[in-house]
Amino acid sequence: MTPGRLALTAVGDSLDRCIKCTVCESACPVAAVTSLFPGPKTVGPQAERFRQSQGSSPDRSVDYCSGCGVCTRVCPHGVRIAEINARARARWRGRTGVSLRDHLLARPVLTGRLGRPVAPVFNWALGQRPLRVAAERLLGVHRAAPLPRVVGRTFRYRVSRRRPPRSPDRVVYFHGCSVDYFEPWVGQMTVAILEHNGFAVDIPRQGCCGLPLQSTGLFEPARRSVRRLARSLSPAGTDGLPIIASSTSCGLMVKREAEEILGVEDARLRDVSRRTYDLFEFLAGLHRAGRLRTDFTPVPLTVAYYAPCQQRGQGIGEPAMDVLGLVPGLRILELDRSCCGIAGTYGLKREKYAIAMAVGRPLFDDIAAARPDLVACDSETCRWQIGRATGLPTVHPLELLYRAYGGAEPGSAAAGPGGQ
Amino acid sequence: MDPSARMAGNDRAAADVVVIGAGTAGLVAAIRLSQGGLRVRVVAAGHGCLVLAPGVIDVLGYAPERVADPARALAPFVAAHPDHPYARVGPDGLDRALAWFRETVAPLGYVGALRHNRLLLTALGGLRPSCLVPQTMAAGDLSQGGPVLVVGFHGLRDFSPALVAANLCAVVPAPGTGVAARAATLEWPGPSGDGRPLTLARRLEDRSLRAAVGRDLRTVLGDEPRVGMPAVLGVDRWQEVWEEMQLVAGRPIFEIPLVPPSIPGLRLFDLLRRVLRAAGGRLQVGAPVTGVRHRNGRVEAVTVARTPREQVIDTRWVVLATGGVGGGGLQVDPDGTVREPTLGLPVHGVPVPGHPRVLPDPFASHPLDRAGLAVDEAWRPVDRSGRVVALNLHAAGAALTGCEPWREKSGEGISIATGYLAASAILEEAG
Ligand SMILES: Cc1cc2nc3c(=O)[nH]c(=O)nc-3n(C[C@H](O)[C@H](O)[C@H](O)COP(=O)(O)OP(=O)(O)OC[C@H]3O[C@@H](n4cnc5c(N)ncnc54)[C@H](O)[C@@H]3O)c2cc1C
Repeated sequence: MTPGRLALTAVGDSLDRCIKCTVCESACPVAAVTSLFPGPKTVGPQAERFRQSQGSSPDRSVDYCSGCGVCTRVCPHGVRIAEINARARARWRGRTGVSLRDHLLARPVLTGRLGRPVAPVFNWALGQRPLRVAAERLLGVHRAAPLPRVVGRTFRYRVSRRRPPRSPDRVVYFHGCSVDYFEPWVGQMTVAILEHNGFAVDIPRQGCCGLPLQSTGLFEPARRSVRRLARSLSPAGTDGLPIIASSTSCGLMVKREAEEILGVEDARLRDVSRRTYDLFEFLAGLHRAGRLRTDFTPVPLTVAYYAPCQQRGQGIGEPAMDVLGLVPGLRILELDRSCCGIAGTYGLKREKYAIAMAVGRPLFDDIAAARPDLVACDSETCRWQIGRATGLPTVHPLELLYRAYGGAEPGSAAAGPGGQ
Repeated sequence: MDPSARMAGNDRAAADVVVIGAGTAGLVAAIRLSQGGLRVRVVAAGHGCLVLAPGVIDVLGYAPERVADPARALAPFVAAHPDHPYARVGPDGLDRALAWFRETVAPLGYVGALRHNRLLLTALGGLRPSCLVPQTMAAGDLSQGGPVLVVGFHGLRDFSPALVAANLCAVVPAPGTGVAARAATLEWPGPSGDGRPLTLARRLEDRSLRAAVGRDLRTVLGDEPRVGMPAVLGVDRWQEVWEEMQLVAGRPIFEIPLVPPSIPGLRLFDLLRRVLRAAGGRLQVGAPVTGVRHRNGRVEAVTVARTPREQVIDTRWVVLATGGVGGGGLQVDPDGTVREPTLGLPVHGVPVPGHPRVLPDPFASHPLDRAGLAVDEAWRPVDRSGRVVALNLHAAGAALTGCEPWREKSGEGISIATGYLAASAILEEAG
């Protein structure tokens, strides 16, 4: 049987497949709530023809694309709309320049490093309305936007004195910035779950994947970041090992976006990319191979589960549903909405906050109607957005798995092994 | 060691049935299979025609004259077209499939019966026959003629009430009848708009904007017993919007489908997806299938293109519902050959070499229109000698040979009936 013609096409070439059918327009969550973004078809394939002749972006509306990637996914003809728009945004930013705010938001490691030594003050400041109002005026970070609290002791510090079990089965853990500075318990539980399943976990020193830089349009620094990361994730002696990512957006960056949006061609990155797995993708694969431990204790909770955009962008289905479905007592309600609105740092920005909240509204309404005990979502920024908007405890699905394996109550920072 | 070899096992998923395609046929088959207790995974390159088509279920509109009663027209129609999918579906299969469909999408309140085609108004003021229509179009049957008020919005793209009314006054639904149509135009609600139907539909979900439209509507009402409005009466909250508008008008309001994207189609698509999830089915979009692995005449797995690694889904059955030329299920090459590009299945009804590509009358029937997959009684594709290609590979929808949905007005009817029956064949085998 012959190979299909729909095999992934190069981003630029895909333009000519657009027949203007409006499928992407009907699915775009941003165009649904604001006319500042005229929709993926207009801003993408249509405007791209002008960009190609003039070499620059004709309008600023492309900046209102949140980069959620829904358009590319729903296009029946394989047009890489989101990728075309991301590149156009970078060109637009190249002309207009990047604000101080965007420089800061694009560098989570910097925020983490600055905030960590003064964590109590930093976290206190996040909760102070007058200070947030001032930050909104000065920096343009919306006063009500969901910002994470930094922790006093980083993930790396917490695992530094760990004695890893020996095992012939080894994996590399790609924890990302967020686990290190904001949610170390997610990293600790990832390690615990992998070790429980008989893996020795290597945790090489690593920096940012460059995704926030890329979505800000800072392509050159983003390329440097992801190249550096690829080297960090493949230290000597780890050839061929699976690399496990617990952050869906960072995983997507390494798997696809570095090549498809940034156009990075790098043998080291390609090797790392081919070995990178989303945590639940990996666990579901283990289960398929009969290797996942299922010594679960019941978890009598009703959980609303939302698969974030970036995870769907990985094309792995909903592996968390497969794995959590094995846990006795757990009732999972799946939420079928396209986006929570935050899209990384989009919803933090003063001029986009209201749009992001409107994008997420149908999701928040569905959650309210489901009346769950908890909300589960694989992406950190989406968790913060959903938690802030619904007031419900919002966890990474691995926190439920951790509990099923006999760990502590999920949904609190104290849940991680070793606590705060 | 080559890491891809070492970790190949990690890229496998499993299902009882993989349904390829998320159009009407794929979703219908997937829902029915999930309801039957099988684990179903729909993998689709993208969204199907549902969000483009008007959301009405045409069963048989022309054969070749306009059909008033599809139930009666069916027997002579299949006698004249023995290769048509309806020949296999049969009157009983069609009945069951449509009854099941109406029940499955009950929240949208589809009305109609096989014995009667409604004559619905088009966005250009023509009439077109259709069989099952959503509640919001029910009052739009113009087969008996009568006075109608056609209401539009200033700035709404591709919908001119004056044009609709003028054209409508010229049509004769049935001998001795006619339509007296009058046009009126309302203000676009809220700040100046982009003219898109979706934007307008979402604005109408806002209570205060809707109230303004209602006030405006009251001023243009006349003696006409019903009002036609463009199909923009809300997306998620259509029921609220539609009912309130009728209350304001004090008479039935019917929606008139517009050019794509289609809001009634979007409502139907959203509902089918929710029903699928509720029945336990999975939907993976952005997942182009590149082929299958087979052994001993059976498909064992479906392969999906994905960066950075291909995905392999082990499965017991496959339903191919990749649509026609528009959906990507068939491909016409520049030399006039027709291919089934996903699995390379044999295509039937391809015009003989040398047949003119374009006919002098562009609306005349071209053999290309009927090219597609031929299937056995269990909806399994067969080769030119009638042998089944794979024992557990089934097909449904617009990819099938022998029909001309555009000309016959039979598209959604074929997709629903064949999706339903292909699923039934699998459920029967599964026991
Ligand atoms: C603008 C428009 C108006 C229409 N109006 C009417 C009407 O008024 N009345 C009527 O009855 N019918 C109408 N139709 C026709 C009707 O929509 C179709 O006949 C019918 O619904 C086709 O459904 P389907 O499920 O077979 O295919 P489609 O809806 O085309 O779905 C095909 C699916 O397969 C997927 N796919 C294709 N190749 C692959 C692959 N290799 N791997 C994975 N997935 C793949 C596609 O992405 C898509 O999800 C209209 C169609 C259009 C486009």
